[in-house]
Amino acid sequence: MADLRNDFVGIKSPNPFWLASAPPTDKAYNVERAFKAGWGGVVWKTLGSEGPPVVNVNGPRYGAIWGADRRLLGFNNIELITDRPLQINLQEMKQVKMNWPDRALVASIMVPCVEEEWKAILPLVEETGADGIELNFGCPHGMSERGMGSAVGQVPEYIEMVVRWCKQYTRMPVITKLTPNITDIRNPARAAKRGGTDAVSLINTINSITSVDLDNFAPVPSVGGKGSHGGYCGPAVKPIALNMVSEIARDPETQGLPISGIGGVTTWRDAAEFLVLGAGNVQVCTAAMTYGFKIVQEMISGLSDWMDEKGHQNLDDICGRAVPNVTDWKYLNLNYVAKAHIDQDACIKCGRCHIACEDTSHQAITSMVNGVRHFEVMEDECVGCNLCVNVCPVENCITMVGLEPGTLDQRTGKIVDPTYANWTTHPNNPMAQVAAE
Amino acid sequence: MHRLGSGIAGGRLAPAEYERNFSDLHPRFDRHEALVASDRCYFCHDAPCMTACPTAIDIPLFIRQISTANPLGAARTIFAQNILGGMCARVCPTETLCEEACVRNTAEDRPVDIGRLQRYATDIAMEQGRQFFQRAAETGKVVAVVGAGPAGLSCAHRLAMNGHSVVIFDAREKAGGLNEYGIATYKAPDDFAQKEVDYLLAIGGIEIRTGMALGRDFSLQDLIADYDAVFLGLGLAGVNALGLEGEDLAGVDDAVDFIAFLRQAHNKADVPIGRRVVVLGGGMTAIDAAIQAKLLGAEEVTICYRRGKEHMNASEYEQDLAASKGVTIRHWLAPKRVLGKDGEVAGIELEYTALRDGHLVGTGETGVIAADQIFKAIGQSFKASGLGALAMERGRIVVDEHCRSSMERVYAGGDCVNRGEDLTVSAVAHGRDAADAIHLAFASAGQPAVAVA
Repeated sequence: MADLRNDFVGIKSPNPFWLASAPPTDKAYNVERAFKAGWGGVVWKTLGSEGPPVVNVNGPRYGAIWGADRRLLGFNNIELITDRPLQINLQEMKQVKMNWPDRALVASIMVPCVEEEWKAILPLVEETGADGIELNFGCPHGMSERGMGSAVGQVPEYIEMVVRWCKQYTRMPVITKLTPNITDIRNPARAAKRGGTDAVSLINTINSITSVDLDNFAPVPSVGGKGSHGGYCGPAVKPIALNMVSEIARDPETQGLPISGIGGVTTWRDAAEFLVLGAGNVQVCTAAMTYGFKIVQEMISGLSDWMDEKGHQNLDDICGRAVPNVTDWKYLNLNYVAKAHIDQDACIKCGRCHIACEDTSHQAITSMVNGVRHFEVMEDECVGCNLCVNVCPVENCITMVGLEPGTLDQRTGKIVDPTYANWTTHPNNPMAQVAAE
Repeated sequence: MHRLGSGIAGGRLAPAEYERNFSDLHPRFDRHEALVASDRCYFCHDAPCMTACPTAIDIPLFIRQISTANPLGAARTIFAQNILGGMCARVCPTETLCEEACVRNTAEDRPVDIGRLQRYATDIAMEQGRQFFQRAAETGKVVAVVGAGPAGLSCAHRLAMNGHSVVIFDAREKAGGLNEYGIATYKAPDDFAQKEVDYLLAIGGIEIRTGMALGRDFSLQDLIADYDAVFLGLGLAGVNALGLEGEDLAGVDDAVDFIAFLRQAHNKADVPIGRRVVVLGGGMTAIDAAIQAKLLGAEEVTICYRRGKEHMNASEYEQDLAASKGVTIRHWLAPKRVLGKDGEVAGIELEYTALRDGHLVGTGETGVIAADQIFKAIGQSFKASGLGALAMERGRIVVDEHCRSSMERVYAGGDCVNRGEDLTVSAVAHGRDAADAIHLAFASAGQPAVAVA
């Protein structure tokens, strides 16, 4: 059995699956259930300043997009931070941490960008015995209108400033949660690092309108006929999150900064992808809100079984393993040539590859050969774009096969060059760095 | 101890059992079921299902319309090719047509539920009374259509759409042809065939004259003289006889008559049925008769077919359906003689058969199956009079690919022609294509010769 124990900035948990700060972690009742189900840790639903708590709308808070069989693909919310009194949350956190000393319990915090506010709340949180804090600089709705959440996460200077305060006023590890609603994720990550953060977590949700009620011309979720943009999450956002995690993992300035990966983690495989792209653990919300806490059992066994199969002993063996393979486009090998290949035994003859290629790409797949319905790649037209692989409904029916160096590329009429050559030295590149002759 | 009873009688079941037995075989999908089923369609390029459909309905398109919550758009797509798409969704042997061609079979042995999706969309449109096609401006042309079955109705609708007027003649009391008289009751309950006729006639320009038989009340020559064109959608009125001793005994009936009588019976308990029923034949008619005999309360129903399972015209699906209702299907048995007692059927003597050198032969070994009712379903034939010198081939009217017969201005389609399978959907295709050919002929006749060339 692979060892799934996780040590994230000194916070220990029996597995790398944490519940993200969100409705599932709003109170002791839910968190107790989560720990019973097997979750390694939780980030408690974001705490605000002492005093009257925030209020939520009393109409719909969530919107979604679905596949045709109502499988939930994307989800959004306009819920704010916890609407329960701070003291109740703190008491419950303390009790839960005492009940579950082996699980990670991190407090998410969002208070105004005023030093005194942070200075005031940090000791209260520290007193609960929480393992760390997460600074919510991510939520894009509601609180951002009040200068908090993503309004902070979009200004690197503010991030750096607040992180610095937190490092100054608490001994607890600081995790800075980043918003993806920004052009280059590296800037806020660098700012957090400059401020002294112990880790970053990302992504928070993405600004979104999930759909529009066409009868009433109102965005969804609609509160009495009006809607507001909410935070988008769930399976649909995973690719965006994976990229942002990898950007931070491979940026020279932030390399080595621990990352808690968040964004559409639904299965063990999603989690493994975050881990190998540089995340030290993952946080999950939408999958739990869709299926309940039990899904963590699939995640734990799936990750463990995959690691066993591949001979990985522990999380250190896999974390960051894919990071060296993420590079800039300009360094991709232009001498690598691949062609699509259709397995005729697996082909069900739906013709999707043909029509996609014919209508929208390179006219490189037949539909009829000798009067018979037959789909085959014409290598002299195939540019190896992978579109056919992506539209084929049968897994592994179409594969991309790299041409061996020394063989003929029928499309270009050139022999495949065994050497590596990228755009930086390509003759078509006016900025090419050509060695002086 | 008494011998088990025999005889033919109605009222064998409780009223609720009749109700259950003759209700919808496959209830309509609800919205969610339709969305899930439609999601399985791959939207194939040059889709094999569409090629397999005799009316070439754009199946991937209508399924995609269902999947985007647009069932009315789906219905328009279906009706554009097949105005009897509602009945075809119920009675088509989809397992040998579109669903057999579905590429899903290759990957997972289960096709997209094309027939049931088609029914979902067409039912919604018909219940809402949504008409998708308007009649073009009156052309002044009047076409006679003989037979108000699928071919004739389809032809009439397309002609009306193009602005021509149509008079349909039918020998029976009601329009619909086999849709009304020949379909198993549980496939089209709730008087669907008549509802479909009404839906189709709503386009206007079509008059139906029932009780008018070709050869009795009028001749083809009369129609040619009185109308601008004639379409013959006559169906198969003849029923093949066994030609065996005892065939005239009480209790020996044609399966098609039984099916029609049952369809028309308001109270199914009024339909008498034997305790032990034997059905002779291997096609859809045999299956429909056998299943319904069972559903009426017959204790033993046996289909006897003189060849093997693989030779049966009834699809595998239909055979399985019969088996699931408790019908026994016996192969390689040919009828020799109907046995009687007091003028009534008592059983049937059969001979085992075999294929030798490609020929079906009796093995000489015979046996008897006790029966008090026997249904003949060994095929139908084209039987008509009043057709004059119309060219025939192997007992059917000769037509070309535009459904043109050997006579000028006379077209034909459906079961009565020598083209395609004898299916409702093929008849619909013929009627539609004939209407297009008639329309084209009218149009080119109205053009100067130069323009036509």
